[in-house]
Amino acid sequence: MIRFLLPAIMFLCLAGFLFVGLYKDPSLVPSPLIGKPIPTFAIATLKDPSKTITDKDLQGEIALINVWATWCPACKQEHDTLVHLSQQVGIPIYGLNYKETDKPGAIQWLQDYGDPYVFNLSDENGRIAIDFGVYGAPETFLIDAKGIIRYKHVGIMTPQIWQSQFVPIINQLENKVAQ
Amino acid sequence: MIPEIGQFTLVVALCMAVAQATIPLVGAYKNNVNWMAVGRTAASGQFLFLLISFACLTYSFIVNDFSVLYVANNSNTSLPIHYRFSAVWGAHEGSLLLWVLALAVWGFAVALFSRSLPLDVIARVLSVMGMISIGFILFTLATSNPFDRLFPAAVEGRDLNPLLQDPGLVIHPPMLYMGYVGFSVAFAFAIAALISGKLDSAWVRWSRPWANIAWVFLTIGIALGSWWAYHELGWGGWWFWDPVENASFMPWLVGTALIHSLAVTEKRAAFKSWTVLLSILAFSLSLLGTFLVRSGVLVSVHSFANDPARGVYILAFLAVVVGGSLTLYAWRAAKFSSVGRFDVVSKETMLLINNVLLIVAMLTILIGTLYPLFLDALGLPKLSVGPPYFSAVFVPLMLPLVVLMGIGPIAKWRRVQIKDLAQNLKVLLILGVVLGIVLPLAIYRSTSVMTAVGIAAGAWAILTSLYAILRLLANRDHNTSLIKALGKIPRAMYGMMMAHFGIGIFIFGVVFTSAFSDQKEIAVRLGNSVELAGYTFTLQDVRGVQGPNYNAMRGYVKVEKNNSEVTMLYPEKRIYNVQRNPMTEAGIQSGLFRDLYVALGEPVSEQEWGFRVYYRPFVQWIWIGTLFMAIGGVLGATDRRYRARSKRTEQKVDNVSVPATS
Repeated sequence: MIRFLLPAIMFLCLAGFLFVGLYKDPSLVPSPLIGKPIPTFAIATLKDPSKTITDKDLQGEIALINVWATWCPACKQEHDTLVHLSQQVGIPIYGLNYKETDKPGAIQWLQDYGDPYVFNLSDENGRIAIDFGVYGAPETFLIDAKGIIRYKHVGIMTPQIWQSQFVPIINQLENKVAQ
Repeated sequence: MIPEIGQFTLVVALCMAVAQATIPLVGAYKNNVNWMAVGRTAASGQFLFLLISFACLTYSFIVNDFSVLYVANNSNTSLPIHYRFSAVWGAHEGSLLLWVLALAVWGFAVALFSRSLPLDVIARVLSVMGMISIGFILFTLATSNPFDRLFPAAVEGRDLNPLLQDPGLVIHPPMLYMGYVGFSVAFAFAIAALISGKLDSAWVRWSRPWANIAWVFLTIGIALGSWWAYHELGWGGWWFWDPVENASFMPWLVGTALIHSLAVTEKRAAFKSWTVLLSILAFSLSLLGTFLVRSGVLVSVHSFANDPARGVYILAFLAVVVGGSLTLYAWRAAKFSSVGRFDVVSKETMLLINNVLLIVAMLTILIGTLYPLFLDALGLPKLSVGPPYFSAVFVPLMLPLVVLMGIGPIAKWRRVQIKDLAQNLKVLLILGVVLGIVLPLAIYRSTSVMTAVGIAAGAWAILTSLYAILRLLANRDHNTSLIKALGKIPRAMYGMMMAHFGIGIFIFGVVFTSAFSDQKEIAVRLGNSVELAGYTFTLQDVRGVQGPNYNAMRGYVKVEKNNSEVTMLYPEKRIYNVQRNPMTEAGIQSGLFRDLYVALGEPVSEQEWGFRVYYRPFVQWIWIGTLFMAIGGVLGATDRRYRARSKRTEQKVDNVSVPATS
């Protein structure tokens, strides 16, 4: 009897998971790192392999860390927004060039489409991205002056998302500093 | 007016489904012949009204009736006429109507071709199918009505998703849905058996061809989907382990297990409760697939719009259908005792292992597909499981399956003399291994262990399927001619061998493509060339061209080998007028032994274009292989013993008390 009941029990478990899943947004990936400092690392930059960057270099200002690669079509879509943010809004953006398959192509890309990045971490094997809890590309982290992760956006950065998600948090952070 | 007729007939079809679900079932319980006979009439009526409803929606598309919300969202006056037909199932609401129609087609087919079945069986079967119909028609009407009006009417439609404007997508969904829904017949047979408590070999013989045909549709549907992805997505890949692909692959794996376990149940009266479980499982996974695609619980390129109300409805329906049938199974399955006894080494055991491997493969895919969802539900950090996971777990499971596939068909029921079997297959095994080592080296001058193993497996599948037929010919009586002997082999035998042969062809395609594909993705100036796998691809020009509802940049690519022209390819980068997102239309020259595949990337400058060139050896074998499998399935389903039996028992129609004979 029990062995005939087994499929029904297994299905019940599955249905429970599916039910819970219904009320979760699959594209919303909460980062456990929010409120925590960025992981420590030391790595070469994309343009100059002889130059080493550590996590300390990303601190001092409110900034964005943008995960991208040439193999990621969506990254191309958000590129103009990033250029706009760095040039018009003036927020520093650090690139995390994630599992790049074509390094010369990536440098070429920045020449052709404009370079919004202060510099790019060349994370060829994705080691740093693991520490950052990167789920895919593109992703954009907001860090404060002390290098603490304040927000994470998965997917394409658009002016709307910038306005609705990032600006309120940045205002909050700036107010705190002012006080 | 026409959309209202569509809506009205949909409601009438719902009433028919209610009649079909209830009256025959009560009739079967009360042994009332007239009530039972309602099943056939109601199923035919349901089909007729759904057909009218579907035709109304199609008509609205053809005449560009943008006062219908669904049409306005998914069509456009400049959409070519053949895509207006396929736009009917281009989004959630219409594809659901297609789903319901497919279900009605199966119900009608059962009503039509079941003259030989005892009336109480057919009454129960049609009743179960009617219940499923009720669920889905209600779902359509309540949450996803394709006939909803838009007031005021739109001046112009928002056009069909450009990704779906492809010939492959015209027939892929109907085939796939016919496959998905086709398992509802085997499911209904299983439920009918559980209700009546009768499961004999006659039951299996009725249910077997239906399972086979559903499997054929699903095979073709999945193959077309993969063919579409290869052509339309512009990445040269043919399978992405995307959640929605997996959703169609899981019922296929269980369906494959089912058609094999049905064989054991028919021939040996063994695996009875297991076969019933598989029948339930195959259709349950079809429903689960529907849920995954339409509820938005997973991220996928194929997903329809995310709407929790729909998700809740399908989940509730899933719980009723699957939960209900599994409970019924738990309650009744113990009645079906299997009588066939067999040794450890026997055909039965091999088919058992076949089933276990297929089910384990299905479970690994299920876990991989739902893994992000599990983690999320448990509040753990989310990860996605990519193709590396699936390849790593799937391939090792398939290898023993292919080995068994060669041995099983020639093994004897009940008991196998290992010595005889080894004697017969030794040569083929050696030949397969030799081919596995030699073929890649001979064609590509390089190989790896995995490649050799893969090709050996493919060769083994092909050789053993040919051998199984040859062996039957060699063992014929001395006075039978070769032609006569060929004719004497049952069609089901040809079917099985054809399908297994197809798997060998498929494996060749997969292994050669994954091992020896070559590709380059670089920026190319006009007039310059790219060398790849001995071919020279010259980007001669890129010019603007105008399509019916898009503007495109078309590349003119000359392909040469050894300084003589092979072909011209015309990859395009299209911008559709309405939906504005760029689409890649690859230029492909297919051959039996290799595909040349060119896709245009982004322009780097006036004179320079991003350019992707792929060399894909043997990739067409993947689809040729599935075609063989499908043909094999058709041959199996139309074997003489299914046809002859229906003639013989013709006179007994409507006789309720016919005892099922084996």
